[in-house]
Amino acid sequence: MRISMRDLGFLAAMAAGAAVVVGGMVRPMIRASASPTPARSVAEPCPDDIVKRVDATFRRIWASEGLAPAARAPERAIVRRLSLALCGTIPSLEEIRRLEDLPEERRVDAWLEQILHDRRSADYLAERFARVLVGTEDGPFLKFRRRRFVTWLSDAILANRPYDAIVRDLIADRGLWTDHPATNFLTVTIDEKTERPTPERLAARTARAFLGVRLDCAQCHDHPFQPWKQAQFRGLAAFFGASHCDLRGIRDTENDYRPTDRKGKELPTIEPDVPFLPELLPTSSAASPRARLADWVVDRRNSALARVTVNRVWALLFGRPLAEPVDDLPASGELHPALTLLADDFSASGYDLRRLIRAIASTEVFRLDSADNDAGLEHEAAWAVFPITRLRPEQVAGAVFQTGALSTLGPDSHWFTRFLVYNGRNDFVRRYGDTGEDEFDVRAGTIPQRLLMMNGKIVRDRIEDGLFPASSNLARLAPDDRQAVEAAYLVVLTRRPTDEELGHFVGRLAGSTGDDRKHRIADLFWTLINSTEFSWNH
Amino acid sequence: MPRTAFPTIDRRGFLALASTGWLTPISRLLADQAESNRRPAQSIILLWLDGGPSQLETFDPHPDTRIAGGTRAIQTAARGIQLAQGYEQLADQMGQVALIRSMVSKEGDHERGTYLMKTGYRPDPTVEYASIGAICCHELPVGQTDIPRHISILSGRWPSRGGYLGAEYDAFQVGDPRGELPDVVSTISADRQKARVADLEVVERAFGRGRLGRVTATHHRETIARARTMMTSEQLRAFDVSREPAEVRGEYGETPFGRGCLAARRLIEVGVRCVEVTLGGWDTHVNNHAIHATRAKELDPAFAALLRDLARRELLDRTVVLCGGEFGRTPKINPLGGRDHWPGGFSLAIAGGGLRGGQAIGETDPEGIKEPARPMTIEDVHATILTVLGLDPARENTAPATGRPIKLSAGRPIRDLLG
Repeated sequence: MRISMRDLGFLAAMAAGAAVVVGGMVRPMIRASASPTPARSVAEPCPDDIVKRVDATFRRIWASEGLAPAARAPERAIVRRLSLALCGTIPSLEEIRRLEDLPEERRVDAWLEQILHDRRSADYLAERFARVLVGTEDGPFLKFRRRRFVTWLSDAILANRPYDAIVRDLIADRGLWTDHPATNFLTVTIDEKTERPTPERLAARTARAFLGVRLDCAQCHDHPFQPWKQAQFRGLAAFFGASHCDLRGIRDTENDYRPTDRKGKELPTIEPDVPFLPELLPTSSAASPRARLADWVVDRRNSALARVTVNRVWALLFGRPLAEPVDDLPASGELHPALTLLADDFSASGYDLRRLIRAIASTEVFRLDSADNDAGLEHEAAWAVFPITRLRPEQVAGAVFQTGALSTLGPDSHWFTRFLVYNGRNDFVRRYGDTGEDEFDVRAGTIPQRLLMMNGKIVRDRIEDGLFPASSNLARLAPDDRQAVEAAYLVVLTRRPTDEELGHFVGRLAGSTGDDRKHRIADLFWTLINSTEFSWNH
Repeated sequence: MPRTAFPTIDRRGFLALASTGWLTPISRLLADQAESNRRPAQSIILLWLDGGPSQLETFDPHPDTRIAGGTRAIQTAARGIQLAQGYEQLADQMGQVALIRSMVSKEGDHERGTYLMKTGYRPDPTVEYASIGAICCHELPVGQTDIPRHISILSGRWPSRGGYLGAEYDAFQVGDPRGELPDVVSTISADRQKARVADLEVVERAFGRGRLGRVTATHHRETIARARTMMTSEQLRAFDVSREPAEVRGEYGETPFGRGCLAARRLIEVGVRCVEVTLGGWDTHVNNHAIHATRAKELDPAFAALLRDLARRELLDRTVVLCGGEFGRTPKINPLGGRDHWPGGFSLAIAGGGLRGGQAIGETDPEGIKEPARPMTIEDVHATILTVLGLDPARENTAPATGRPIKLSAGRPIRDLLG
């Protein structure tokens, strides 16, 4: 697998050759050989201890169920997984080539570290978390600033701010939604009539996002399967009963949370109360009710926040949570032992989000192959083989746009490229069909999605018709058919072709020149982009 | 109102008698027969007025009151029912149309209101509810339809979704029927297409190695095959309104919305279950009256032509036409001559599907102060529509992951509408 001088030469040729004319200026699209950002050395040690204990837990489970785990996945497959899970896109050819400069055994860890410090990753994770925190609605005009909120979250993630501090701001911050972006957590629920944040929606949101409990249905009645009572829901909602919104932003006055009963009759003011572990709730009446609630939520003796966060981060990495649904963990009974282990480590580490991601991504189970001849659904259920899950629209959009370029698309790209990518991706996601808040929908894809991928202009522009599509560059720059096919596979599927594939597609290109050759390479891109392998995580 | 089956027997009369329980056996038999011969409706056309139209300038005028702000009313074919000026063509069709003038909801935000009106449920972050079109596609047989059975023409910001039923029930979004269908036509030669698809086999074989069962379970290739069937389906011609005679096109109006309504009729003829056609521009916080006058010029001819055309083709009884937006607008006119959001008493128009037309249900206060008389909810409207489609609103589907049972509609059919 070692990179040959010839490969390097090929990359250098592309770097030199792939230039784009924008607004009359020639700009190099590939900076790789000129100014490579060295893949970060492993600065922050991988949390070995927790990884070993999680590994041992899964080994025990597999042994007791008589399941043999799959082999370790090829390193490029893990690299692709990491890019999709943490950046919402696939690695560029530029990045793959650079990784190949490193010794084989260090590539995955180096890649993980690089991604964890990449703005693209912070932006992508912020978007994913934002869905959990403020939903997907546009929210009230002017008083809800989604972009401000996501940027704030992205900055916090990039700085690896402790997650409990982020959560505390979300629940308890005061002020204007522009200067204090965390307050958008409240303003998104502002009711048009009362012009105040809605305590019920905030209680339901808090329960799901921070406690891993779906209290929503306890809003109207006691929970049918779980021990949640309507009174507990109202108690939680009452923490937001003092919150108002005026020209100075979100602030708290007297609690006057008075829910109405089913007949529309207003009940007396409800006092704030937590649904469990009441002994952890600070009694000090000096603090605002929201500050007290925040204290209680982030208290390390209250494991709820750590558990639900671990389950969600696991789901982001695997495409499937450890416990389903992702935001409704059992109130009592067995939790997956790996979830408990990781949750304890997460809170003990001071809610270090980066450490948590690093730990999960370093486990044996994350690095298993998705292929294994004997693997059936029971293997997938026990995580003995890497699950095959449908990629989210954003991930497919990110991947489609990345296939259109040989260099890395990201914050360092030219503004015009970023502009095209940003708008194009949004347009793509709209047409592909956003899954809304239902983050981990396991069901099959749709006909419009396939039509979009087969015939859509967005895809066509990337592979053939647009400005400087990757296929034309390959046609121009690849020294021979074999290298063209190999590069196309690396660009689109992050792997090399099998011998059968190589033979087949080299045959397709044989003897072609000029536009005909460009078309044939575009056809190859089309085929790879329309494969199951491209649209599903594996 | 014309009926396609058993025109001589008044089903409603028979049912009323039957429920009293003293029918003779022979008349009971006749009543049963009338019931079973009445074919249920099979499609829905939703004329979605995106932005929230003013009830006062459309279906619920209060002429010569303070809240009218000068809007005048016109007489219609239905005695005692007036429409706002600008709906002269629809006025002639009022015998077929029922107005619900006392719609109330708790959602005054565009997105949340749209969600409520289209799904019949308020937004709930723990479950994505399905729009009524998706439910209709899920519950009713597929038949011989190759093209998507749920279609959104000129989709607004929030087209109808499949929700918990799955993304395959999302409305397929298309633009002005005059233009090209998005993504459906391949721009490359048939030979190249064939080669591409053949090559896909090679890549699929490599990926399937060691994963075959689980890759098959993704249904990816099956979905591609179905998409390719659709690409070559003759039913796609239903989108092509240029195949209609010029006078028919003229009747609907040569506007995107008019063409959308005409395409909707063509689509239900090939078995599409639900077509949503969006007309935007109703969010009149400023200059309400002038803007509503321009909207009426598009809505009135298209809506009226659709009803006439469906009736001519004996399709009206088998098609429910629903027209409305996410809420109404304030009786009070603001300083900018606009009206603001008003979920507390607004109008919907409903026709076809064997529903009883020529009536207005509910009433709003001419002063714009008191709550409307006989308040109606969208849940009940959905339950009514499902009932005429032959579906039991109380039937439950199960949401994936949570296993939560969800009724097709939480409401109850509106008796006065059932014909």
